[in-house]
Amino acid sequence: MIYFDKVSKTYKNGDKVVDAVTITIEPREFVSIVGHSGAGKTTLLKMLLAEEHPTEGCIYFGSENIHELRKDDKNSFRRKIGTIFQDFRLLPHKTAYENVAFAMEAAGRSDEDIASDVPHVLELVDLGDKAWNFPHELSGGEKQRLAIARAIVNQPDVIIADEPTGNLDPINTFEIVQILRKINELGTTVILTTHNKGIIDSIGKRVITMDKGKVVRDDKTGKFSL
Amino acid sequence: MLIVNIKRITKSAIVNLWRSRVVSLSSILVMSITLFVFGTLIFSNALLESVLTQIKSKVDINVYFSTTAVEEDVLAIKQSLEGLSEVGSVEYISSEQALENFKLRHGDDQLTLQALEELGNNPLGPALNIQAKETQQYEFIAKFLESDNALSSEGTDIIDKVNYNQNKIVIDRLSKIISATERIGLIVTLLLVIMSIIITFNTIRLTIYISKEEIAVMRLVGASNKYVRGPFVVEGMIYGAISALLTLFVFLPVTYYLGSFSEKLFGLNMFSHYLGNFWSISLIILGSGIFLGVVSSYLAVRKYLKV
Repeated sequence: MIYFDKVSKTYKNGDKVVDAVTITIEPREFVSIVGHSGAGKTTLLKMLLAEEHPTEGCIYFGSENIHELRKDDKNSFRRKIGTIFQDFRLLPHKTAYENVAFAMEAAGRSDEDIASDVPHVLELVDLGDKAWNFPHELSGGEKQRLAIARAIVNQPDVIIADEPTGNLDPINTFEIVQILRKINELGTTVILTTHNKGIIDSIGKRVITMDKGKVVRDDKTGKFSL
Repeated sequence: MLIVNIKRITKSAIVNLWRSRVVSLSSILVMSITLFVFGTLIFSNALLESVLTQIKSKVDINVYFSTTAVEEDVLAIKQSLEGLSEVGSVEYISSEQALENFKLRHGDDQLTLQALEELGNNPLGPALNIQAKETQQYEFIAKFLESDNALSSEGTDIIDKVNYNQNKIVIDRLSKIISATERIGLIVTLLLVIMSIIITFNTIRLTIYISKEEIAVMRLVGASNKYVRGPFVVEGMIYGAISALLTLFVFLPVTYYLGSFSEKLFGLNMFSHYLGNFWSISLIILGSGIFLGVVSSYLAVRKYLKV
């Protein structure tokens, strides 16, 4: 379970981007967070990844307050979360295979596991034949599928997808959403941020709407409204 | 796991180095220039030392004893001088040798030689030729000779003349020039070393700056600081080692070409000096290269690990 307990974030310049947000996300849930640019969605996710520190409140992952974790424990914690971003954030000097393998190496997995799991995961996202291509040799959709492969290879408890379809055409968008749904059906919690009404409507799951740093609606029926 | 990680980090470093070969090559070239500066400083210091040693060897003081001085007394003073830590060497010149030297020196001066013949006996006493370890120490030696330490066994003064006071101005000036040259050499060396380190550090920092997004991604997928830093540090180590080997190789033709020239001008053949001290110079250059590469990479990556 993920629990945001009255979480606020104010930057040094005085901008309050997240304002007393309280959210509970249960295991295996598919939660979409929607809102205009600057609504605080990305900052909320960055705090969940321990990239940013809340100025008020706490974030719990299970029983752990993630901002009280030591540096090394933060690294282990991050391995429980798979991340997918709009700008893909792949390692440019590594091939598709190496990008996925790196996540496994970082988690301390053995060479044997890497040799068996990486090709399998690449096949799952339909990149089996692009294993030795570098990111710059892949299309936008392929890059995002590669990011998904990297995110799921360590079988994380949670997948965070921050505007994963922002740079993709409708066909690739549809494919990515289908993959995320499949991941969720297999038991992984998915937290998705998006502006795309069509995606939200097609998923039909919980939607949290944010505005000016606050949660203004938490809708279990999957409706998109801004 | 440690061995597996070391293997993975090393492999990753080598692969990165090859895949970013243009950036790697420019870093290696800048580091080679730095190490070339280090090497040049080593040779410059050797040349400077050679010149200063030559100058120092030309400075000495002579102690002239009276003609009545007994050889045993002179040799006893010689022995006590040799016991001083300030004294480098003492040469004894007997009365006979002094006369021979005088005749040789005035071989063209028939009038002087004739006057010497007419005297019938040797008018020159024995002498000691003293070289100090450092030019500043002549004053101490001169004072020693003026003291009771330099009396005969019967307690009489057998020293006729010490030419220190006569040469004092020249010796003092030379001492000042030598110590100033050594000090300037040290300051120039330090400045160049600091400048070279800054240039290398900035080059490596720039190389790692290009990878800052990559570092952030590595952190996001949960890689530990050590695992992220490892390949960059190993890459820095490889840059340093390749640059050092390149520099050592370049010094071969350079010192060979300048060898005879430096021998004529400074009394030290750079090529012979390089070959004679090859292992110690190699160790300094290689050690400096690896140290610079590792420390620069470590510090540069650290900046981007504060997530």
